[in-house]
Amino acid sequence: MELLYFGDKGWGDELFFATLMTIAVSITAMIIGFIFAALFTPLKLSNNKFLNSIGNAYTTIIRGVPELLVIYLFFFGGSGAIMFVASIFGYNDYIEINAFLTGSFSIGIISGAYSTEVFRGALQSIDKGQFEAAKVLGFNKYIYFFKIILPQMLRLAIPNLSNVWQITLKDTSLISVTGLVEIMRQSYIAAGSTRDPLFFYSFAAVLYLILTFLSMQLLNRLETKYSKGY
Amino acid sequence: MDIELMISSFPKLLNATLITLKLLSVSLILGLFIGLGFAILRMNNNKLINKFAYGYSYIFRGTPLLVQIFIIYFGLGQIEYLRTTFLWVVLKEPYWCAIIAFSLNTGAYTSEILRSAFQTIKPGYLEAGRSLGIPSKIIFTKIQIPIAIKQSLPAYGNEIILMLKGTSLASTVTLMDLTGVAKYIISTTFKPVEVFIVAGGIYLFMTFIIHNVIKYLEKKYGFQT
Repeated sequence: MELLYFGDKGWGDELFFATLMTIAVSITAMIIGFIFAALFTPLKLSNNKFLNSIGNAYTTIIRGVPELLVIYLFFFGGSGAIMFVASIFGYNDYIEINAFLTGSFSIGIISGAYSTEVFRGALQSIDKGQFEAAKVLGFNKYIYFFKIILPQMLRLAIPNLSNVWQITLKDTSLISVTGLVEIMRQSYIAAGSTRDPLFFYSFAAVLYLILTFLSMQLLNRLETKYSKGY
Repeated sequence: MDIELMISSFPKLLNATLITLKLLSVSLILGLFIGLGFAILRMNNNKLINKFAYGYSYIFRGTPLLVQIFIIYFGLGQIEYLRTTFLWVVLKEPYWCAIIAFSLNTGAYTSEILRSAFQTIKPGYLEAGRSLGIPSKIIFTKIQIPIAIKQSLPAYGNEIILMLKGTSLASTVTLMDLTGVAKYIISTTFKPVEVFIVAGGIYLFMTFIIHNVIKYLEKKYGFQT
């Protein structure tokens, strides 16, 4: 247990901050994922064949390729791509993007593909009459979307979104390969310097279990709140 | 775009795909047995056995696969006692450590899939079997299992694809699977996009095949509830 003391002697404080980092990356990735989902869900539902295939390509590719490979693409390719864009604008110095952003972005793209599927499913299972009624009653676009469609969609989407959250939370462990100090990376460092990998990796597993357990409690509460009938 | 690199790396990546497929198939077969075992334990009326099976699936589904591999590969080697037993022959090989981690992981998910499939079997089928005087063992093997397999096909298809992606983590314990080789080529050539297209293409091709095989099986065995 001494290994978990806070301060210089133990790894308690390091692991505590690493846990905060995991939470921060997960939330950022989830938000980036929502932005991607907001862009691609309309494409997936579009009647235009071209737009539709773009939406389908995104979800098929991301969900069919290992997360680790996507992370390597952004880890090795990220700064190259940004430097290329910068060189167009005449900036030729070396640019290094920070590990937090690369990590959140790559996990965000992955979680976005899952969120897109969830939103698509939710929108498709709303009764068609609701769309028609809202249009016939002449509501403006803002009320149509935010007051009529969105609340019904969220109600259907939240149980599945909590699955996406679980996947995203667990996927953040993969960013450790890029050197971002989250739970896995910190355990790796601690295991290396104390030569006690069994203890630290098991402790990492416990931290993840606590995170998934607590977030499930929270999301279940949200679910009951939003699943009230109309 | 460096087309030449894409062409020259293709055979290397294809070669590595064999390891990926080996890891996938062995883990899936072992995982199916583990999953079936725990699904049966989950349906046991004894509370303790039930809790144990639930705990197993909760722990393996609630933690990242990466942690599980690291505990098995780096962690278990630390126990002096294990080093003296025959288990050490298995545990010192990254290949077998990866397989153990993958099997236990997919076993946990499979047990959930099978459990829910068993539970959605209409009680009428079992009652019909019992009233015809069929022994309960045969009811299980000839009625419950075939229906459960049919019902769990779509979910199990997803699990196979998730596991295919999961095998990429074998590269973190020094195995040169498809992702491992892809990472090696990327880090020596610094051409991530090209390698990603080829390696990603191979993965997509495999997902495509798995997806269609499952679809075919679903059609063949008539999906019904």
